Amino acid sequence: MRKSLLAAALSVAISTVLAQSTEHVVSQKGKAFSTKVLTVKVGDTVSFRNDDPFFHNIFSLSSGNDFDLGSYPQGQSRKTTFNKEGTFDVECAIHPEMKMVVKVEKK
Amino acid sequence: MSRKSVRMKAVAALGVLCMTLAPAAFAGQPDKWLRPERAPEPADNPSTPERVALGKALFFDPRLSGSDWISCSSCHNPGMGWSDGLATGIGDGMKRLKRATPTILNAAFQPQLMWDGRQPSLEAQALGPIQADLEMNQDLPGLIKKLSQIDGYRLMFERAYPAEGITGPTIGKAIAAYERTILSTESPFDRWRKGDAGAVSAAAKRGFELFGGKANCTACHQGFNFTDNGFHNIGIKGNTDIGRYEHRKVAVLKGAFKTPTLRDVALTAPYMHNGAYRTLEEVVEHYDRGGDATDNLDPEMKPLKLSAREKADLVAFMKSLTGEPMQVVVPQLPN
Repeated sequence: MRKSLLAAALSVAISTVLAQSTEHVVSQKGKAFSTKVLTVKVGDTVSFRNDDPFFHNIFSLSSGNDFDLGSYPQGQSRKTTFNKEGTFDVECAIHPEMKMVVKVEKK
Repeated sequence: MSRKSVRMKAVAALGVLCMTLAPAAFAGQPDKWLRPERAPEPADNPSTPERVALGKALFFDPRLSGSDWISCSSCHNPGMGWSDGLATGIGDGMKRLKRATPTILNAAFQPQLMWDGRQPSLEAQALGPIQADLEMNQDLPGLIKKLSQIDGYRLMFERAYPAEGITGPTIGKAIAAYERTILSTESPFDRWRKGDAGAVSAAAKRGFELFGGKANCTACHQGFNFTDNGFHNIGIKGNTDIGRYEHRKVAVLKGAFKTPTLRDVALTAPYMHNGAYRTLEEVVEHYDRGGDATDNLDPEMKPLKLSAREKADLVAFMKSLTGEPMQVVVPQLPN
């Protein structure tokens, strides 16, 4: 009985957390991100959409949230979830002038 | 006259009109292909005549090397498109370097310098080859001492950077100030863009269309400087140089090098980061094959299936990017 109550409570908690996560969209156009600074909450996802007629490769080497979305062409989006608080530099590996910052805050 | 022949004549006339009209008619935005009048300057090193004069003297001065024999201009020779005509550079003691000497034409417009983009400014880059033991092999304290002993330089530094003295930063800033004046001159392509329909050949015009169309060159060679300032692995056969990956550990950058400008490209053979190709024709063949080495090949690279005429047209277009010859006067160096 106690175990099933615990499982139910955990399930509700997870559902609540998931329900509160947001997906943000950032466009890449003209070799620039649509925003220089994006503030999100822990657990939110950011989708990087390529609106340029050539490949981009979005990555971050910032400790705690490093990622590499690989190269992808116009029309495609790739996403990553930010699971740690902090400020993270995001860039395009192919076009280093493309820079933005993602600030991740507690829920 | 039959309706068919009238139609054919109308189509032919329209075709001639399109080929001779100002390029805006079919390229959309002519301005993006023309170089801005001035290069951008950093707030802490705005250009002055004194700074440019000092930088020019330093650029041509072989005393900036440990051997007192190699100057910046030894490799960045104004008579050779600001490069040296070699597959890879030659440094101190006639040692072969592993990469080609890039042109510094329009380097002022580039946010990252060097084939691997490791230098963030002209000011920073200028000090690199001076101190590199394989290149000019001159330590900075020794250089500062040398320059300080030359009356002419003490005066020039005081005029250019009052009260800042002769230091690494002022040496770098002065050279950068001069490099910001090394800008491409007007080419036949530019005159065509400005409305002179006869400035380039029909082959060059077709080549420009292919450049932005079937040949997909504008995937990387973008804008007035014909570079996206980006980094790509274009599959040079036998290449073992990891390029930008040495400084930025992101998978796509393995073997990736900076897209060079195509301004005055006809003057800067051989081509690629290691001088792999001697002619523009060989370069076009490389791209027509879609590159050779497939490891980490840039996704923009693919076989183009160009005809012989299309290849010749692309070369004709690239040759139309050669500007008016620059008359560079070598300065009398301070003593």
